[in-house]
Amino acid sequence: MASGEPLVEVTDLVKHFPIKKGLLINREVDQMRAVDGVSFDVPRGQTLGLVGESGSGKSTVCRAMLQLLAPTSGSVRFEGQEIAGLSRRQMRPLRRQMQMIFQDPQASLNPRKRIGQIVGDPLKLQGLASGRELRTQVQELLERVGLSPEHYDRYPHEFSGGQRQRIGIARAIALKPKLVVADEPVSALDVSIQAQIVNLLDDLQDELGLTYVFVAHDIGVVRHISDRVAVMHNGKIVEEGTADQVCEHPRDDYTKKLLAAVPIPDPRESRARRERAGASG
Amino acid sequence: MSPAPLLSARDLRVGFATEGGLLQAVDGVSFDLAAGEVLAIVGESGSGKSVTAQTILGLTRSPNARIEGSVRLGGEELLDASEAVLRKVRGERIGMVFQDPMTSFNPVYRLGAQIVEAIRAHRGDVSKAEARGRAVELLDSVGIPDAERRVDDYPHEFSGGMRQRAMIAMALALEPEVLIADEPTTALDVTIQAQVLRLLERLNRERGVATILITHDLGVVAEVADRVLVMYAGRVVEEGTLDEIFYDPQHPYTWGLLGSLTRLDRPRPKRLPQISGAPPSLLSLPRGCSFRPRCPHEFAKCTEQPALEARLADAPSHCDRCWLGPEAKRAKRQVGGQIGLEAPA
Repeated sequence: MASGEPLVEVTDLVKHFPIKKGLLINREVDQMRAVDGVSFDVPRGQTLGLVGESGSGKSTVCRAMLQLLAPTSGSVRFEGQEIAGLSRRQMRPLRRQMQMIFQDPQASLNPRKRIGQIVGDPLKLQGLASGRELRTQVQELLERVGLSPEHYDRYPHEFSGGQRQRIGIARAIALKPKLVVADEPVSALDVSIQAQIVNLLDDLQDELGLTYVFVAHDIGVVRHISDRVAVMHNGKIVEEGTADQVCEHPRDDYTKKLLAAVPIPDPRESRARRERAGASG
Repeated sequence: MSPAPLLSARDLRVGFATEGGLLQAVDGVSFDLAAGEVLAIVGESGSGKSVTAQTILGLTRSPNARIEGSVRLGGEELLDASEAVLRKVRGERIGMVFQDPMTSFNPVYRLGAQIVEAIRAHRGDVSKAEARGRAVELLDSVGIPDAERRVDDYPHEFSGGMRQRAMIAMALALEPEVLIADEPTTALDVTIQAQVLRLLERLNRERGVATILITHDLGVVAEVADRVLVMYAGRVVEEGTLDEIFYDPQHPYTWGLLGSLTRLDRPRPKRLPQISGAPPSLLSLPRGCSFRPRCPHEFAKCTEQPALEARLADAPSHCDRCWLGPEAKRAKRQVGGQIGLEAPA
């Protein structure tokens, strides 16, 4: 599908956290292997879904990939350039090309700043716009994510969860990044709002040619938005393939177990599955 | 007619005085819960589902709360019952399971001690040793491995799923007739959620515990419920059996909820069907049907509030609040061969 080199190539990424013990002499007694040798490519313009349960290492992968956490070892190439181990200063010019959307828009928006400032700060800090120009650009961004330009002077608490997530998305796309990493962007939202945000992300990808890494524990949502899906378990990728392959013909035992646990919102199907499960075990 | 219900709510109204005016969190909710039945209350945040459950247990009483209507447990009125009566009802007759078991257990006491305390607070004649034995039995019955040893663990030593099962064990300690579970699996991983759902189902089947399950997840509902109430902005907008709600839903909000689910057992649609807009503020509800501003099928009549009543000749217990006729509903809810809420092109 995608031509040329992938936007991101992650090879043997490892992130261990020390487990320390002792009061005066704080010895490292063991290591928590949060990410334990993970490799994947993210093709341009596509979406890679990362699924897994809590503690599987999916959020740590994202942070280590973006150099928000220093990886213990491994390689992360962005447009062919090795970025693992780059200093903060070296990363700065690359930052505008990779942005993140967080799970909890309540916690990731500064409550004391106005929306205009929250969305406009990245533009200002990167020296891309100021004054009237900045205001116009921010208002366009607000409209693009389904908010109103009049929201410019409001504060985060005046918005619902879904609207706050739209603000987080506007901030993430402000710098026209190439890569957007979304870590559980819809899990904290009400069901009727989840679909709106997923569709918005879909539209933005088409309009702006974005590449996504989409992290979620909800396999249904991940399958919907992703081209490829990687299933994580205990810090490793246990299965990777196209979204339909992984969800319809899982090969790995853990993937099968995960899929079998997802409730089917259809009473007849759900009863039939329980009877099958009852008969076999 | 079926025998008298175990728990029944009639025209329950709960309002809270706020600076912005009276916030009507629950606006005329009625339902019956029969012995051994699992009733699911489905809705989004702000729909009033949790306030309904908390009011049953007298947990919303406050100087700011305006509580009206009736909630009867086996014929006894709970809304004006004294605190002493409610203390006996809670735990002994109605067990409660909350979303987050970490905040429901006291972190500085051992789990077993908390279950023992719950038992002895209600049954003074049970000795500590007996109560401890009972706690072990309970933990074992909800599938805590090595319960004899784990009974002396602190809450933080249990995983999330184990804590939720321990919470259920504690809720069942006094063998209540009714269990109220408020989003019991929302904080859990899917594989753990499946275990907790199987447990709730087994308890219901083996002990006949009548259950009110509060959730926003229709997948969870499909797995365990017998009957479903769909709530929106403080009101019940549809009520029916599990199959009625899933296969013959009458209210456009229910269509929207069903349509926006991602289904692993079906090919994925190009676009996820969505419900546009957001739930209304409870301080400024629209006139008439409260779903009207989000409903693509709105027409003139919708500015009048429709009553919750049976509108289908062959399904007297299937009620909804929508003015559309049954034929129109059947036609309008078909979106691409499936049930959904079509946005006008």
